[in-house]
Amino acid sequence: MTGAEERIAGGRTGLLRLLSDERVQGWAWQLVLAIAIVAAVTFFAHNAAENLSRRGGSFGLGFLWQIAGFDIPFKLFDYGPTNLYGRALLVAFANTILISILAIAGATFLGFLLGVMRLSTNWLVRNLAFSITELIRNTPQLLQIIFWYVAVMQTLPSPRQSLKAGEAIFLNIRGVYMPAVVWADWAVPASAGLLATLVAGAALWRVRTRFAGPARATIAPIGPALAVAGAFAFFASGTIAGLDYPELQGFNFRGGLRITPELVALWLGLSIYSAVFIGEIVRGAVEGISWGQTEAARSLGLSRAQTLRLVIIPQALRIIIPPMTSQYLNIIKSSSLGAAVAYPELFQIFGGTVLNQSGRAIEVMGILMAIFLVINLATSALMNWYNRHVAIKER
Amino acid sequence: MISRLVRKAALFAVAAGSFGIAAIAGFGDANAQATVAAIKQRGQLVCGVDSGIPGFAYQDATGKWIGFDVDYCRALSAAIFGDPEKVKYVGTTAKVRFTVLQSGEIDVLIRDSTLTFTRNTDLKLQGAAVNFYAGQGFMVKKSLNAKNVKDLNGATICMVTGATLELNIADFNRANNVNIGSLLFERTEEAFAATESGRCDGYTDDTGSLAAARSTMKVPGDWDILAQVISKEPLGIHTRQGDENWTNICKWMHYALLNAEETGVTMANLDQMTKTSTDPFVRRLVGEEGDFGKLLGLDNKWAYNAIKVVGNYADIYDRHFGPKALGLPRGANEQWYKGGLQYGLPFR
Amino acid sequence: MTSTLTWLRVNLFSSWTNGLLTVLVLGLFWLVIPPLLDWAIFNATLNAATKAQCAADGACWAFIKQRFALFFYGRYPAAERWRVDLSAVLLVVFLVPAMMDGVRHRWVAVVALVGVYPIIAALLMAGGVFGLPWVDTEYWGGLMLNTVLSFVAIAGSLPLGIVLALGRRSRLPLVRYACIGFIELWRGVPLLTVLFMAMVMMPLFLPGGVTVDKLVRALIALTLFTAAYMAEVIRGGLQGVPRGQEEAARSLGLGYWRTQGLVVLPQAIRLVVPGIVNTVVDLYKDTTLVTIVGLFDLLGVVNQSLKDSAWLGMAKEGYAFAAALFFVICWGMSLYSRKVERRLARATAR
Repeated sequence: MTGAEERIAGGRTGLLRLLSDERVQGWAWQLVLAIAIVAAVTFFAHNAAENLSRRGGSFGLGFLWQIAGFDIPFKLFDYGPTNLYGRALLVAFANTILISILAIAGATFLGFLLGVMRLSTNWLVRNLAFSITELIRNTPQLLQIIFWYVAVMQTLPSPRQSLKAGEAIFLNIRGVYMPAVVWADWAVPASAGLLATLVAGAALWRVRTRFAGPARATIAPIGPALAVAGAFAFFASGTIAGLDYPELQGFNFRGGLRITPELVALWLGLSIYSAVFIGEIVRGAVEGISWGQTEAARSLGLSRAQTLRLVIIPQALRIIIPPMTSQYLNIIKSSSLGAAVAYPELFQIFGGTVLNQSGRAIEVMGILMAIFLVINLATSALMNWYNRHVAIKER
Repeated sequence: MISRLVRKAALFAVAAGSFGIAAIAGFGDANAQATVAAIKQRGQLVCGVDSGIPGFAYQDATGKWIGFDVDYCRALSAAIFGDPEKVKYVGTTAKVRFTVLQSGEIDVLIRDSTLTFTRNTDLKLQGAAVNFYAGQGFMVKKSLNAKNVKDLNGATICMVTGATLELNIADFNRANNVNIGSLLFERTEEAFAATESGRCDGYTDDTGSLAAARSTMKVPGDWDILAQVISKEPLGIHTRQGDENWTNICKWMHYALLNAEETGVTMANLDQMTKTSTDPFVRRLVGEEGDFGKLLGLDNKWAYNAIKVVGNYADIYDRHFGPKALGLPRGANEQWYKGGLQYGLPFR
Repeated sequence: MTSTLTWLRVNLFSSWTNGLLTVLVLGLFWLVIPPLLDWAIFNATLNAATKAQCAADGACWAFIKQRFALFFYGRYPAAERWRVDLSAVLLVVFLVPAMMDGVRHRWVAVVALVGVYPIIAALLMAGGVFGLPWVDTEYWGGLMLNTVLSFVAIAGSLPLGIVLALGRRSRLPLVRYACIGFIELWRGVPLLTVLFMAMVMMPLFLPGGVTVDKLVRALIALTLFTAAYMAEVIRGGLQGVPRGQEEAARSLGLGYWRTQGLVVLPQAIRLVVPGIVNTVVDLYKDTTLVTIVGLFDLLGVVNQSLKDSAWLGMAKEGYAFAAALFFVICWGMSLYSRKVERRLARATAR
């Protein structure tokens, strides 16, 4: 390649020759870009500094240490109106992570289901999946989330007419109530201990194959025994102190564990929307694997299920993972639509209430963007790692 | 004119795909120039209103802005230009309202926004006048038999985030040792739907908006609006700090409308009163006596022009909240001599 | 008759599980469809002056009917609406040759669509020249605004996306990292925050007193945001072009730009037409989020209309109408995208 270029450039004089050299051009391009970036950053930073000083220079993150003064209806850990804005941010962050994980799991499951339905031999099932896909992917997601909340969740009965399973699980318009586990004080170290014994047991079970003969026979039972002993100790010590049953008191149910309809509606809205895209990805990947692969597997005596599990899916996974990653990132970003149905996630609590009360629009939005960026980059990195993992094994 | 040309050029440039510096649309340093002069040069008043709230600001079927706050924008436009239509309305959401005012994108914010200490001191805004006294009230189902707010202990209340509603509830809980749960929505439609379906036991908002909330319910008669309010919400006109004259115009516009009501000047009898009245307050108001308009840097007919198109305070109120509209009693917005809080400072 | 039965047996009841699935699906239809039809059609009211005249248990389409024009044009002055209509007709005129197969010099049509049409449409809709009265962007709204936003964002993000995609594959480290940084930054944040920042932050980063039209700000935000996604779509296409093509072009003595522009890009773009159309569909739906910065797109106008004192409580009708409108438009684009996809599949199979 360079040979060809040298021949072309050969007849020219020194300077021209230098200019037409690809490496020199490359450096020149990069220099121009670097200057442009530095100039742009300086220009914007200068303007921002000037504008801020003119507005009274009140810019800073100090407001995070002010008392929030409002309550958050749904929280994973302790929070009250006398806590700080910073803690409200943490509560909202945890809620965003929660809905993202739930929705990613839900979308993956439903997506595979839809993908399989699209490939079904049943005409009705296949076309139902097709119609669902078309309907969902061609309407705005915000409207869908509102639909799940208003048209579906709000047709549930009132607390007094709850649907119930025994006296333990209740379903009504205020949510799903179920018995909650009451933990003992030592729940955290006990759980860590249980986890440690389980991991150690599993590791011992795996390494047993490295030994032969009598050594293997001695080592093999140690792993399961360790795990069973750990589990026994965990439960026998009374780490789970009891169950707290929900009870109807006044306007609402009290006690127990509650899943709010806001969470469910947002979860449905996010999962189903992304599921149709994942379904298409799955269908495309499965169809993309040549028919010959399936025939070969079947002729080797593999069953339909084995063919799918051992031949099709490992290959499809390679094609699926990169586009799946962007769907996951979309779910995380779209969780900010939860504000519409009163799910207290980051955009709702921090970008809504905190922003309005503190008036710190720029700081609040900056923090929000930074958080989403970090979550997304972390997810991307994780998926890329998994992708490499899958790709290497395939060789 | 030039700024309009620049803006046009900018639009084309953008359409052609060249973004960046070419998109700069209008030059005019908000700080270097008095607001009124800027408005006059621009040929229109840029008025920030709510992006949609019954009674205060909404659009009719033809897209025309209507409402209590909108009438204040029209009055200001009439006072400045003698024409109520020279207004550019900017619908502002709760999230952006103060930022667009600070950045100079709007001249004045006439949006159901509460005048508070921190908005004055920390956000550096000027509360020019309170045009609507509200408080945070509750709409609850009749069957709950709640007589006052404390009876709602243990209940869940739907509301819209963005104002001080959730803060007031938390404060009320702490002060009265009760526990009223809150569910925060981004927009009113979903909050109404959740209230209607029974997801919440009630709905809370400023008293000015509760009547509208009730009329969206399937059977409005099933819902009670509690008499008790848990907060003071003086809604009013916000301007930027640093231009006292402009703040004064907004302030005295409101008082002019109040004084008109007090002295019996209405949209209907304005011309007749201008000719015949001997009351010095009326004569000053309509510009027959004194240089009140000139002192504000406007025409002496400023208040006359405004009343001509929007009427006095009572006219405006009746048009949007009266029995024929949302049916909201004047309450605290009654004149001071009728036991209300609206008190027009004297034209002297 | 027998053929129908055979069809039923083969397609619906070929096995026990299939039969069960069929019955389940039919049961689902029976649960959902009749009440929906009752509400939307049989109990609906089409003519009414106020909410009170509408039937309580059916849809009140009179509300939609009364505000029909508002949903399409926003507050665009009634007397000038022909300009929007004409722009829409011109869009079709420019769009058809660019989308059709077997048109000679199709790239001319594409360049005209992306480069010439926006100027004509902007002149026509904004006015201020040739005796057309100036219509401030403040009056633009409804479905027209969704279309303008999507179109400009796509027209702007295509070239930007191509540059970014090439940059991401560049051998120059600074160029590569700058492009990766740009793409990942925009793909990593929610559009809601981007739009908000465009509204709030842009004045902060510009010299004092300079303001930018609200619509233009939303356009810039949408374009940059879309460009990042477009870059990834196009990168997919670039990866699909065999390496030999580039090597062959280089060995013929073509420089970087001519290799990319004449050999690699035309092949890559053809590969990713479906991907680009999908991006357009996503963007079209996402333009509904501009309500947060106070622009009145279709959903914004619907929301705003729900606040009319005479028509309070029309949320279901409004949202159903908006969803239906979006569905028709986006579905149309999806159909086209699939058609291209099938043709590509056939072409590559050969």
